[in-house]
Amino acid sequence: MKPTATVVAADAGSLLAGKPARSDGITAFVARRRFVNSVAATIMFAAAASSIVITCGIVAILTFESATFFSHVSLLDFLTDTMWTPLFADAHFGILPLVAGTLVTTAVALFIALPMGTIIAVYLSEFAPHKVREVIKPATELLSAVPTVVYGYFALQFVTPALQHVVPDLPTFNMLSAGIVMGIMIIPYVSSLSEDALRAVPMLLREGSYGMGASRIQTAFKVVMPSAVSGMAAAYILGISRAIGETMIVAVAAGMQPNLTIDPRQPAETITAYIVQVSLGDLPHGSVGYQSIFAAGATLFLMTLAFNVLGHYLRKRFRH
Amino acid sequence: MDKQTAKIVARRKLEDRIFNALGIFCTLVALSTLALLLGDLLVTGLSRIDWQFLTSFPSRKAERSGILSSWVGSLVVMCVTGCTAVPLGIAAGVYMEEYGRKGRINTIIEVNIANLAGVPSIIYGLMALGIFVYYLGLGQSVLAGGLTLAVLILPIVIVSTREALRTVPVQIREAAYALGASKWQVISHHLLRYSLGGISTGVIIAISRAIGETAPLITIGALTFIAFLPTSPLAEPFPEHLTDWLHSPFAVLPIQMFNWTSRPTEDFHRNAAAAGIILIAVTLSLNAVAIFVRHRVRRHIKW
Repeated sequence: MKPTATVVAADAGSLLAGKPARSDGITAFVARRRFVNSVAATIMFAAAASSIVITCGIVAILTFESATFFSHVSLLDFLTDTMWTPLFADAHFGILPLVAGTLVTTAVALFIALPMGTIIAVYLSEFAPHKVREVIKPATELLSAVPTVVYGYFALQFVTPALQHVVPDLPTFNMLSAGIVMGIMIIPYVSSLSEDALRAVPMLLREGSYGMGASRIQTAFKVVMPSAVSGMAAAYILGISRAIGETMIVAVAAGMQPNLTIDPRQPAETITAYIVQVSLGDLPHGSVGYQSIFAAGATLFLMTLAFNVLGHYLRKRFRH
Repeated sequence: MDKQTAKIVARRKLEDRIFNALGIFCTLVALSTLALLLGDLLVTGLSRIDWQFLTSFPSRKAERSGILSSWVGSLVVMCVTGCTAVPLGIAAGVYMEEYGRKGRINTIIEVNIANLAGVPSIIYGLMALGIFVYYLGLGQSVLAGGLTLAVLILPIVIVSTREALRTVPVQIREAAYALGASKWQVISHHLLRYSLGGISTGVIIAISRAIGETAPLITIGALTFIAFLPTSPLAEPFPEHLTDWLHSPFAVLPIQMFNWTSRPTEDFHRNAAAAGIILIAVTLSLNAVAIFVRHRVRRHIKW
């Protein structure tokens, strides 16, 4: 170590760090290192803490704007009114139609994504040869690389006309086609994570099962899957919260008319589509209509938060 | 083997084969949907892509419209997003993996990031509308849009940084410390270099996600019709316009596509398909690059 020019800088550094500068070269060198280290650590801590700032920002904005919203609209009306017409002269603020739209499209999507994702995961983990898996897994993950607005276009321009041949009197905008396409989009979220969970099951269990004379399918469903259940549940929950929060597919293909129904063949508006609809127009900042998107957003946030917390809890169990 | 057993074995084998076929079928359904989507876009929109399409502003007439302002918009927004999310995400990932491993704050940050990754993108848009657009007064600018997407992809960058760091064996750290390296030296000289491949994979995936993201930018009020470009930072007189582009209004490619998709006439849908082809080409090739980088890293680093 040759502390020549660096000593000056080091002394300055150690002074900044609040430590007495010494002429001793080594000490200065160590002090400088300490200083650099602590500066780096502080900067990186600030970066890590910024994620907390983001969360606080989300919660604060949603709470603040919803609070203003609920000073105009009673919470009871919000939860029980069956009409959502905040932009009409006769304004109603019942969130139920939007929640129904969200839940129906989510249900259709899950009806596709959960069985298919599970089958693909079991197939890739327990049946497919190694080489096939190495190709198929990244290929299915490409499904989640397609921008959702492109899926929306596909749902409206391809899937809906195709479905109209099968389902009579299907309107141009309907929850069925949006839900199906959303389901396909979610498949990789379910299949990849489930496959990881299945593969994490120790080989010994499989060998034991085969040793007892079980077939592949018995091993997969009666031995491997029960051991991977919490990991798979976490994958399902990720899929569910994706479906609830998905915006562009439903905004393009499911229509923008609030509609309290459980019939997936009908058009309806989801919470997310409503936020898009309002944002496309220009509502004045501070109006009740403007605040209503935050109240709708807060509802959405709480719905996904509940699922995320559940998922985190399951992942934690799965890791142990 | 008696007859009964042989029958059972035959049945089990048949079941296995049926499930195998079912697995292949489901995989094919998923992949052929992707192929169908690409095919549909290509058939409808490929003939629409030409020089005029790339260099024209949107117009009321479909055949004269183009994506100039939206692809430039996407590009400049990505600059802002990349320049903020990448350093911030890597720094946060390094801190969580190398400094605060067991602390209580770290647990809080960890749970928090796991939650952020599950928050729907439109919620980020609402947060950005309240904070960036109105509270900080950035307006519907490139800066506000870029920061919104940066916040959105931050968890992806952090998680992939952590995963990449975790693959560096502990012996590397121990050897560096044994030679007298300080913690920062271990991180900057060794850990970050070895995990560069993994981190870049994550960053590329995150950027490709941000390019296709539509909802949060609609929420903050990005425009759908814009017939000018942001001022060049090099415009004369030179230093005065250096940061003007950050405050310029913008449109991005996915929003342009959304706008064309929601119009009723067929010729605008052709434009939408053409924009979709370009969008998907960009995101899929970014993903291909990511897969390639991951493969190369795996092959070249043998601990």
